[in-house]
Amino acid sequence: MTSELDIFVGNTTLIDEDVYRLWLDGYSVTDAVALRVRSGILEQTGATAAVLQSDTMDHYRTFHMLERLLHAPPKLLHQLIFQIPPSRQALLIERYYAFDEAFVREVLGKKLSKGTKKDLDDISTKTGITLKSCRRQFDNFKRVFKVVEEMRGSLVDNIQQHFLLSDRLARDYAAIVFFANNRFETGKKKLQYLSFGDFAFCAELMIQNWTLGAVDSQMDDMDMDLDKEFLQDLKELKVLVADKDLLDLHKSLVCTALRGKLGVFSEMEANFKNLSRGLVNVAAKLTHNKDVRDLFVDLVEKFVEPCRSDHWPLSDVRFFLSQYAASVHSLDGFRHQTLWDRYMGTLRGCLLRLYHD
Amino acid sequence: MPGKLKVKIVAGRHLPVMDRASDLTDAFVEVKFGNTTFKTDVYLKSLNPQWNSEWFKFEVDDEDLQDEPLQITVLDHDTYSANDAIGKVYIDIDPLLYSEAATVISGWFPIYDTIHGIRGEINVVVKVDLFNDLNRFRQSSCGVKFFCTTSIPKCYRAVIIHGFVEELVVNEDPEYQWIDRIRTPRASNEARQRLISLMSGELQRKIGLKVLEMRGNAVVGYLQCFDLEGESGLVVRAIGTACTLDKLSSPAAFLPACNSPSKEMKEIPFNEDPNPNTHSSGPSTPLKNQTYSFSPSKSYSRQSSSSDTDLSLTPKTGMGSGSAGKEGGPFKALLRQQTQSALEQREFPFFTLTAFPPGFLVHVGGVVSARSVKLLDRIHNPDEPETRDAWWAEIRQEIKSHAKALGCHAVVGYSESTSICEEVCILSASGTAAVLNPRFLQDGTVEGCLEQRLEENLPTRCGFCHIPYDELNMPFPAHLTYCYNCRKQKVPDVLFTTIDLPTDATVIGKGCLIQARLCRLKKKAQAEANATAISNLLPFMEYEVHTQLMNKLKLKGMNALFGLRIQITVGENMLMGLASATGVYLAALPTPGGIQIAGKTPNDGSYEQHISHMQKKINDTIAKNKELYEINPPEISEEIIGSPIPEPRQRSRLLRSQSESSDEVTELDLSHGKKDAFVLEIDDTDAMEDVHSLLTDVPPPSGFYSCNTEIMPGINNWTSEIQMFTSVRVIRLSSLNLTNQALNKNFNDLCENLLKVSIFCIIFTAVAITFDKNQALQTTKTHVEKSLQRASTDNEELLQFPLELCSDSLPSHPLPPAKEHLESASSNSGIPAAQRAVTVEKASPVGDGNFRNRPAPPCANSTVGVVKMTPLSFIPGAKITKYLGIINMFFIRETTSLREEGGVSGFLHAFIAEVFAMVRAHVAALGGNAVVSYIMKQCVFMENPNKNQAQCLINVSGDAVVFVRESDLEVVSTQQPTANCQSSGTEGEVTT
Repeated sequence: MTSELDIFVGNTTLIDEDVYRLWLDGYSVTDAVALRVRSGILEQTGATAAVLQSDTMDHYRTFHMLERLLHAPPKLLHQLIFQIPPSRQALLIERYYAFDEAFVREVLGKKLSKGTKKDLDDISTKTGITLKSCRRQFDNFKRVFKVVEEMRGSLVDNIQQHFLLSDRLARDYAAIVFFANNRFETGKKKLQYLSFGDFAFCAELMIQNWTLGAVDSQMDDMDMDLDKEFLQDLKELKVLVADKDLLDLHKSLVCTALRGKLGVFSEMEANFKNLSRGLVNVAAKLTHNKDVRDLFVDLVEKFVEPCRSDHWPLSDVRFFLSQYAASVHSLDGFRHQTLWDRYMGTLRGCLLRLYHD
Repeated sequence: MPGKLKVKIVAGRHLPVMDRASDLTDAFVEVKFGNTTFKTDVYLKSLNPQWNSEWFKFEVDDEDLQDEPLQITVLDHDTYSANDAIGKVYIDIDPLLYSEAATVISGWFPIYDTIHGIRGEINVVVKVDLFNDLNRFRQSSCGVKFFCTTSIPKCYRAVIIHGFVEELVVNEDPEYQWIDRIRTPRASNEARQRLISLMSGELQRKIGLKVLEMRGNAVVGYLQCFDLEGESGLVVRAIGTACTLDKLSSPAAFLPACNSPSKEMKEIPFNEDPNPNTHSSGPSTPLKNQTYSFSPSKSYSRQSSSSDTDLSLTPKTGMGSGSAGKEGGPFKALLRQQTQSALEQREFPFFTLTAFPPGFLVHVGGVVSARSVKLLDRIHNPDEPETRDAWWAEIRQEIKSHAKALGCHAVVGYSESTSICEEVCILSASGTAAVLNPRFLQDGTVEGCLEQRLEENLPTRCGFCHIPYDELNMPFPAHLTYCYNCRKQKVPDVLFTTIDLPTDATVIGKGCLIQARLCRLKKKAQAEANATAISNLLPFMEYEVHTQLMNKLKLKGMNALFGLRIQITVGENMLMGLASATGVYLAALPTPGGIQIAGKTPNDGSYEQHISHMQKKINDTIAKNKELYEINPPEISEEIIGSPIPEPRQRSRLLRSQSESSDEVTELDLSHGKKDAFVLEIDDTDAMEDVHSLLTDVPPPSGFYSCNTEIMPGINNWTSEIQMFTSVRVIRLSSLNLTNQALNKNFNDLCENLLKVSIFCIIFTAVAITFDKNQALQTTKTHVEKSLQRASTDNEELLQFPLELCSDSLPSHPLPPAKEHLESASSNSGIPAAQRAVTVEKASPVGDGNFRNRPAPPCANSTVGVVKMTPLSFIPGAKITKYLGIINMFFIRETTSLREEGGVSGFLHAFIAEVFAMVRAHVAALGGNAVVSYIMKQCVFMENPNKNQAQCLINVSGDAVVFVRESDLEVVSTQQPTANCQSSGTEGEVTT
């Protein structure tokens, strides 16, 4: 005797959060049932495995039908087929668009293309996240990217409006979209110690200060592309390291200000020129797409690693960067103060975030 | 002639992409009513078109207004080829035809296509300007209100209950017309949907005319059914109870502090002035001088019919008897006389109601039912559906005489059903014989009626249990005792009824769902031979179903059944029976005896041991059940009662079905005598199995209750969170040679499983909702079944199984009610299979009386108002302020890509979700926020996996209402609608 047809439909669509999670995690019905059994639910309710199986199937079918609507969350709000209370709708959407840290680190900054999609197999094996779940997360990234890529207005607002995500999640997506659009390299071995949160933090600063949107809020794509003119102008900063006098002056200003305040003063003094050269060269190279992509690699190589090898405490790094940025204002021969502030303000925030073990 | 229908097409949204090239759609709309069609402009390249059309005006007869649905078709404009249909919306404008219901239908409707399901939504506004027609010969009956609810609707008062109205309409089924061979499945499905919609409109209009003729203004307990007779046609029939209703003028009287100036309230006062005084009291139907003998005459002559209800039913169901007796006195006689005269005038003194105004029901005799097996033949002249009418008339006649035999002049809780398999059709009718208070049945002034009611001091608390028949002239042997409540009148030892538990009845402990399930194999046969075979099997089935019910009832330690529904379904080579009822312990009836087991082979020692072991188990079960349901009747010593209580040691023996119990005489003998216990005789392994099955009903988890009546006996604290659900299951049996027992077992398992699933789901959601371990949930469900099948000999035989089910439910802590649903499904397949479908509706819960007052979710952002659905006739914790009209919808869904849609489960799951959505959309468009008395009357499922096809037909109905939470009433609301929507929005929601 086999069960051919077995359904249970409620007027109000009921959603079991645990089953939803299992489904999102990409477990098959069989696996999900096994996991539920392990959770002790049978003992708790006195149900049998067959009942659990049937309940799980009902939920899976419902989720499957809801998935189409979840692809365009405003539809979920307006559709008439499933009667779901608003708070549950929000939960469905939020969970559907949630992603795994391990997964996002793998694809962050990669092109959201078919090619990357093909690599999901490997990512799945590497992270232990089911392929199904990887696909869902990847498709979410891509979907959000496609929808907001040509839009004007704030990236976060656009995402929130079209996907009804919470503020936190919308910001994360803004970072993902921004990274994907600029193709920042995040997968190198030396960047492995960084979390998604670190990158998202940097992305937010960069969106606020380095994109077109920072100067003009009426442009298409304003929050996704870096301000080309700004990048071009950054070449002007080269003078800070190219002009020997300027460099020496800068160094002496910083050293004077920090003397006695820094635990690693001597290391700083010895390294000043290297560090400054590194930071300024990163800026000067940003006109090339290739170098834009390597921004984080460069920052880590040129600044984070040297400091770390000298065991700078974070507080010293903070002091140094503040002073390093501020001292430029006292360099009489230097005319690009505004440009410097726009660059260094963001970079300082990023570096401080990136500077950890 | 008089009526102007105005329709405006506002906008569409979420339309499907019809043009692959642009990923857009060029949509326009055709609005059709009768033979007139209007079109909107084409709205180019958009999935969210804004047509904002002018008002399309149709000038039509009110007859057409009642019959025709408004048909809205959304199409994609195509310059070079034919326009592609996106989907349709049918709107029944009936609710706009009565003055106090909805005044406008306005809202988003899902656009439905029979092949693709819901494809986007359309916003429509519909209004009707109706001119009064005073023509006496008019054919329309606008203004008569219809209610599915089987009790007097909450915001009305019954001035007069006129009685039974019935009508049936037949037509050819478009699916079987020659043209069907050349048209597309979509066209054929649409033709069918439209035809059925037309037929139900016509049916309703005709019933309305009858009601007007009787001078009533409403039909309560309206039950409409479709019989898909295949080749021989399509029958739509309906029964109901005509009433004169008066809107309660002061709902505020029982609403605490209702100071909200809601729209509804304003309309309430005297919308239609009931002028009962002007009603002439002339006989509404020709007076028939029929005299029925009081003795149960069993001589019904029907061709190819076998109805043995009386045989098997009366002995048990009517197990009580004789009213009045000595002390009933002259009052009763008078009463009877009066009633009699009032009822005699009517051809059929039947009432489809299951709950009554106080004082209406005087005595209850017991269940009466009749069945008949018919061979279907082509309906030659659709305008003269005489054969079908005659069939039903026969059955009703039989019911009437059964009631007479029980000393009753009326039948309440009356219902009719059919089961069709190929050309054989079983017609069934059942109800509860009763004696009614005549005052509601006659014309009289409202005041008079009220006063009389007050004066009356019938012992209403136990009165209905008292036997209506004469003790000395009992229609069947029964065991009578004096009423345990008033000690004056006689009562039977067990009472079976089809009605709800009267509100004033005294119940001890809690009630529970009791089901009897049975399947029987039969030979595969054609036509006449098949009908004969079925006829021969029926009495055995009825007998066994009743035995099972009785045994289970005793096992629960209870003594009365309410809401009994017995369904017999026929399949190609099987018959199935399912009986569902709610068992209770009525304080007025005697304590049920136990069950004794007797073995036939007393010499075998180990056997004896086994028997005594079983006996012990049974006794334990009874004790456990008593505890579970809190049945602790006060000990009453026999002396006090002073009645001739028979010596407890005597007992009756019930033989199992293999005995020759088909014969009425035998049965009567079996139950004869004054016995207070049952003996189950075990004479072979089959009987053993039976006893086993008795014991294997799995008790529900603690704190979980189920019943199939409107209120859960013994539990009063309801929560207001309810959730209705539908569940369908189909199971395929693969064994080739099944025995009756194996089938019974399978079937039983199915039913049990279904119950378990529902229980689980309910609990589970409840747990999720509150995390409160102590909460008790209750649910009710009943199922019904259907038939199973198996192949008779070698493999590919075929089967058709109609399934029929019923169910319902309720749940929650304090709550529960349930109602009953029927559903039937049938399927064809090339493999032996069994199927079953069940719908369970549940109300769910949250419990513990501590009603969570959750901060209302911001309803501002929920654009879709919540619409509740419930099989109950009321909404716990809320007040129904307005009835907006009846919802009666029929849908067909077909697919040719079954696998792609997730197989049969995916297909049906999606379809049922769509049906719910369409019902909700219609209710919301009428301005309502709930459907009460919801029932899925039919669910026919057919599949052909080889061709990757499946088709399903669903018919649902209910009453659209506006309700207001009691808690909100106090709060008030200038914004009533918002309040409504938020209150209902909390259902099921949860946060953990």
